[in-house]
Amino acid sequence: MQTELKKRALELLGDGTVDRVIGWQTGEFSYDMTPAVFTSAEDVEKNFVYNDFCGANVSKYLIKECVKGGRILAFLKPCDTFSFNQLLAEHRVSREHVYIVGVACDGMADVQKMKAAGIDGIVGLTAENDTYRIETIYGDAEMKKSDALAERCLTCKSRRHAVHDELIGEEGEDRPDSGRFDMVAELEAMTAEERYNFWRGELSRCIRCNACRNVCPACTCENCVFDNAASGIAQKAAADTFEENMFHVIRAFHVAGRCTDCGECSRVCPAHIPLHLLNRKFIKDINELYGPYQAGADAGAKSPLTSYTFDDAEPSIVRERGRE
Amino acid sequence: MQVNDKTEFVPKIVAFCCNWCSYAGADLSGTNRLQYPANVKIIRVPCSCRVNPMFILRAFQRGADGVIICGCHPGDCHYTTGNFYARRRMTLLFSMLDYLGIERKRTRVEWVSAAEGAKFAATMNDFAAQINELGPNRRLEDLRCRQN
Amino acid sequence: MKYISFENLHTFFEQASAQLNIYVPVDAAGGQSAYTRWTPGTEISRGLHTTRSAKEFFFPQTENLVEFKMSGKNIEIIDPRSETEDYAIFGVRACDIRSFGILDEVFLAEPVDSYYKNRREHGLIIGMSCTRPAETCFCQTFGIDAAEPQGDVTFTEVQDGYCVAANTERGKAFLDALGAIFEERSDDAAAQAKEKTREIMQKLPLAGLTTEGFGGDRLDALFDDPRWAELSEACIGCGTCTFVCPTCQCYDIRDYDTGHGVKRFRCWDSCMYSDFTKMAHGNPRLTQKERFRQRFMHKLVYFPANNNGEFGCVGCGRCLASCPIHMNIVKVMKKLAEVKEDE
Repeated sequence: MQTELKKRALELLGDGTVDRVIGWQTGEFSYDMTPAVFTSAEDVEKNFVYNDFCGANVSKYLIKECVKGGRILAFLKPCDTFSFNQLLAEHRVSREHVYIVGVACDGMADVQKMKAAGIDGIVGLTAENDTYRIETIYGDAEMKKSDALAERCLTCKSRRHAVHDELIGEEGEDRPDSGRFDMVAELEAMTAEERYNFWRGELSRCIRCNACRNVCPACTCENCVFDNAASGIAQKAAADTFEENMFHVIRAFHVAGRCTDCGECSRVCPAHIPLHLLNRKFIKDINELYGPYQAGADAGAKSPLTSYTFDDAEPSIVRERGRE
Repeated sequence: MQVNDKTEFVPKIVAFCCNWCSYAGADLSGTNRLQYPANVKIIRVPCSCRVNPMFILRAFQRGADGVIICGCHPGDCHYTTGNFYARRRMTLLFSMLDYLGIERKRTRVEWVSAAEGAKFAATMNDFAAQINELGPNRRLEDLRCRQN
Repeated sequence: MKYISFENLHTFFEQASAQLNIYVPVDAAGGQSAYTRWTPGTEISRGLHTTRSAKEFFFPQTENLVEFKMSGKNIEIIDPRSETEDYAIFGVRACDIRSFGILDEVFLAEPVDSYYKNRREHGLIIGMSCTRPAETCFCQTFGIDAAEPQGDVTFTEVQDGYCVAANTERGKAFLDALGAIFEERSDDAAAQAKEKTREIMQKLPLAGLTTEGFGGDRLDALFDDPRWAELSEACIGCGTCTFVCPTCQCYDIRDYDTGHGVKRFRCWDSCMYSDFTKMAHGNPRLTQKERFRQRFMHKLVYFPANNNGEFGCVGCGRCLASCPIHMNIVKVMKKLAEVKEDE
């Protein structure tokens, strides 16, 4: 895959279609790729990488890049294209400044899974068919690709690109049966007290680093309410359990109807809080109450929170369904 | 000796009422001398869709035990569509609070018109009784704000 | 040398917890590890690091400094502090123990931070040697020996248990008070284990990283380096690196209006944030590039300039493991080291 991407990047840079490329650059180890903008062929030649550890969603960087003018080549995975499309719908990026090469994806790897399996001291890693051969300072190890798959990829919603100019690899399909709402349903089936204890256990680990917010392609406010001293609720740390809850509820609510479920929030959380379960709850509710809706699938669609019907469910429905 | 906390518990209830229907409804219930609990604190808003989710969380943070939002009946909004948006937002927000394990009976939305003074009083009586039964809000409270 | 086997370790905790509260690293949900107070049955984490460092024992993420209580026209000023009881932190790695020294430079220098001092002085530090460092470790860059953690007491893991030694008078008194739970062993096992750790340290991928080119006198050379722009390009401006860091010590002081008074508290702050050191005119560091540069210049230039050449990093590698976009101090150091060729 890397060879093809590199080749295409060089071609498009060469013929002047784009003047720069956003992709990933080599890391210190074999799994720590950093998003980067490449402006020259030599730079691409030397530093551009693409492998199973390029999970970072680069669509949010395109806001900044679009302002710079010119045209940038972006390699977007299916889930990234939904984010891009949503940003397009919100006029945060412009289509003409970005040339999108859709990259087929069958899931990204998560090095945490390897570490959790006791594989540490990783100094080298190669992919062979469906297995990673891992070289560590404590000896060689291997892990099946399917076992190292990132959590969000296990419940991938779609392998189809929502928007692209061209494709590398074969176009995939929507995956309505990926079971991404299973865990939400499991929580819904619990009693209120069990749910409360579950979320306390998870959210109490929050260190308020704001990584979830800053990485989120839907969080694009110029000045977040939590950073704005004049808002009255600005906070740099959760000084009370209430503030832990408030930050995450308000954040999830603010992206409700706009969240494409790209899963970046959970990927970046240093405390490994399953934040996507908050967003998925909203998505599940929206689907059930207002009809199926996938943010970012169609840049022209009206968001469920900025539309209504006369016969919408009454808020009392919350009291009537599920367990208390 | 048995100390019964429940008898001493006086819930704090915040009611966001839209200016055009529900607030006028509250007014009417007053002029009609209908009784509703004094611990229901009314906050007048121009429209039920003015109520930001943050308002509700902040009310709980500051010690409210229950929050109720009242607006015009769907279709009767002074601004034509405000309460339709409020309805979707509040449904989703309440569902999220429920998902977090916050007691679902602590939040409510009621549509009360300017002519429904009796409904206003009855709603508040019912809601206050419900919150009284639930007891103090502990799950969505900021301990720093607790008196004593 | 004192020795205790893995099986008998619980007797150590039982005895120690009779003296004082003892905090141990415990595996939590989500592959996390955090310090938790030991109680019978507590399972000690075998992982290398806790997610957050032990600095929060002395410098918690939020801490009330003073309270103002209002009643009518009277304002009552309340000092919320209470005398801290003695406590012990078990299983601190060499890098984290070094970080306490770095924090001390900041908080115990005049004017002394009495909140910090109170906690610091009551904490007994029980170090733990590393046996399985990760690829992200680079403590040796800062002259730290992972096999020989400092602190009041050192546990050195050997094949079937721990060799235990006191490094300070306080540590000695603590061990002496524990009674006869230790066996006697020759020093050989510990020496061997230490040698083994040092061998592994030599093999680590970051073993060759040096601080050459950094230090208090490098301000002019590094500040306007054009490479800060590309290094900071991908930074999303979150505070992950600063909050997992054992040496980051910036904080903000805020007032919280409780409706019937004010609680003045301090909380960790991050130079990566848009509202860091915000003044009337705004944040003096306008772009993420400047905020990003601040963090690394602080650790590699400003801190050594003010503290006899000591660097503000201990090479624990937490930021390497947790940065959402995998940009970190090692990449910065390596990139900036390349610059020297042009000089």
